Amino acid sequence: MQLHDFGLILAFFVLVLAPAPWLGRYLYRAMEGQRTLLTPLLQPLERLCYRVAGVDPGAGQDWKRYTGALLAFNAVGLVLLFLILVGQGALPLNPQHLPGMEWSLAFNTAVSFVTNTNWQAYSGEASLSYFSQMLGLAVQNFVSPAVGLAVLVVFCRGIARRSTADLGNFWVDLTRATLYGLLPFCLVLALLLVWQGVPQSLHAYVQAHTLAGGEQSIPLGPAASQIAIKQLGTNGGGFFGVNSAHPFENPTAWSNLLEVAAIILIPVALLFTFGHYVGDRRQSRALLASMLILFVLGLGATLWAELRPNPALAALPVEQIGSLEGKESRFGSVASALWAVTTTAASNGSVNAMHDSFSALGGLVPLFNMMLGEVIFGGVGAGLYGMLLFVLITVFLAGLMIGRTPEYLGKKLEAREVRLLVATLLVMPLGVLVPAALAACLPGAAAAVSNPGAHGFSQILYAYTSGTANNGSAFAGFGANTPYHNLMIALAMLLGRFGYILPVLAIAGSLAAKTRAPQGSGSFPTHGPLFVVLLTLTLLLVGGLTFLPSLALGPLAEHFAAVGGA
Amino acid sequence: MFHHLRPAIASLLALTLVTGVAYPLVVTALAQATFPEQANGSLVRDARGTLRGSALLAQPADGPQWFHPRPSAADYASVPSGASNLAADNPALAERIAADARALAVPGQGPVPLALVTTSASGLDPHLPPAAARYQVARIAAARGLPVEALERLVAQHTRHPAVGPAVVNVLALNLALANRAGL
Repeated sequence: MQLHDFGLILAFFVLVLAPAPWLGRYLYRAMEGQRTLLTPLLQPLERLCYRVAGVDPGAGQDWKRYTGALLAFNAVGLVLLFLILVGQGALPLNPQHLPGMEWSLAFNTAVSFVTNTNWQAYSGEASLSYFSQMLGLAVQNFVSPAVGLAVLVVFCRGIARRSTADLGNFWVDLTRATLYGLLPFCLVLALLLVWQGVPQSLHAYVQAHTLAGGEQSIPLGPAASQIAIKQLGTNGGGFFGVNSAHPFENPTAWSNLLEVAAIILIPVALLFTFGHYVGDRRQSRALLASMLILFVLGLGATLWAELRPNPALAALPVEQIGSLEGKESRFGSVASALWAVTTTAASNGSVNAMHDSFSALGGLVPLFNMMLGEVIFGGVGAGLYGMLLFVLITVFLAGLMIGRTPEYLGKKLEAREVRLLVATLLVMPLGVLVPAALAACLPGAAAAVSNPGAHGFSQILYAYTSGTANNGSAFAGFGANTPYHNLMIALAMLLGRFGYILPVLAIAGSLAAKTRAPQGSGSFPTHGPLFVVLLTLTLLLVGGLTFLPSLALGPLAEHFAAVGGA
Repeated sequence: MFHHLRPAIASLLALTLVTGVAYPLVVTALAQATFPEQANGSLVRDARGTLRGSALLAQPADGPQWFHPRPSAADYASVPSGASNLAADNPALAERIAADARALAVPGQGPVPLALVTTSASGLDPHLPPAAARYQVARIAAARGLPVEALERLVAQHTRHPAVGPAVVNVLALNLALANRAGL
């Protein structure tokens, strides 16, 4: 590690942590309709949206109506995006005259963007028109994190409100999250990215005559606007096929810093938003501490693994430094490792280096981050409601240990909530292990594997983990664009998204209906170091242990074979 | 769920107009006004105005007289770009690197810089670490009949040291300087 490496890591933490308390308060006020700095600018637009949608912003919804509205919105979004992708050949803004997408790929892509996953089995510059990018994908890039944020604030209201069925209004939460929570920040980030070199143009691709006498086609497009929301909305779907490794998506070390910080800016701030909802900032700090512990451990392990020379090249007359296969010169090993850990902690599927070519342990950490269910900061909204589920599980386990009815912030956890909690614990194993095992057994499905040995199994495992965790990154050698994998990964993405959202909304509804029990001396405090340790261990044991056998077959086997020289 | 359909469709259309039409058009207008060069792909033209490429995209440069960019798994294709995605323990990776290192090794100059024998993530990496550029100087000096020191100065001139990333040198900038004999 050199001076600029420490500079990068320090700048990253400062950019992410310093604005979080302020930003968290802003998001709380915006989501609750209180006055913010941007209210005078955005309120007319917000009111116009309600008028167009025919929505009464004052009408509260119970959890069932809220869920119905959310599902209707996602269903309509899915259908519209599918139709745009299949029909782009007949739509405007298509200067390269690209044809419509094949149906299984279009279905996979539509599910992928609606569920905030951004798994990409296609290459943007070769398959998507500007219309599909702007009016199809970019719109879901905004509204899918907005839906995540809406679900989170409903969970917060469920904890904070007493004896009520009213959890807020989905259409209002959706509109405010999009207009106040995402749009202004995207505008600023997009312009910063253009300044660093990201294109923003509606011009067709241009032809250059290279110095060596060849021809080069230079792809363009409205890239900066889309990359800004791709990062801030924890989406990750690249405008170009190789994603944030593409020099047009991420041209400099500075653009890289801005983008990697943008990825977890909002998820970190939301911890403080939660503190405002429940009126207790100690809760925010405890969750932040637990997430930071896991983040720093993962970052340390990945840096260590990626800075070691590849043992397979030890005997060759080449420089013995951390591998640069699948990495860009302007990032090197450190910025690539930081990116991999950040994107998989958050549910952002972008890559600035090819995870497939990482060392075995360098690939294990991203995989493990996703297997925890993307709760180390996680996706916008989705990360924190996933973490709060683990908090409730920890409180339940602690309740068992001390022999009292478990309660969280004054709300008793009873049989109904615990049943729903256990259901959410099954989502990751069901979405990852079952289809990965199937894919490893079916000869047609296993043909997608491109690397030999244990790493080949890791490729399958990574694909289904990424899908179910709604991450979207890949061991990209995996040939995912077949009807089988397109459909199976689409199912995994749907399970991973709605398998959490539905129980979370149901738990929120049942918590909101309860009265607040007074905090007694026997209540288990959910802040302070003891709880942080307990929560972190619960995450590792309950969330992680399920996957240990599969990790042993994939990256761990690969690692021991590599260092053992087998 | 069906009584939610009207607000669902109307909300989606309203938000599409805001985030899918107004937002990218506003960003395009602002970007074209403030940073037109970057917004249009950082295009590089020669003295006669011919478009030679983009400062941000590597292009193939064969022949001993040019600085070579990092190898590209997709042969510098820009539509679509691509990576090798070879696993660290894939025998094909070690075999390819061994063959390339044999071809590139310069006696007396130490081991081959890793950047010259590994394919980048994008296949379009426009940069080299300065050491990987310097490793090619002797070959270019011989092919062009130029003094080694002048080429080393050229590399140093074009090296950038960002505070948050590794030092890099832009290969197209070096080759343009060679083509124009600028600074030599």
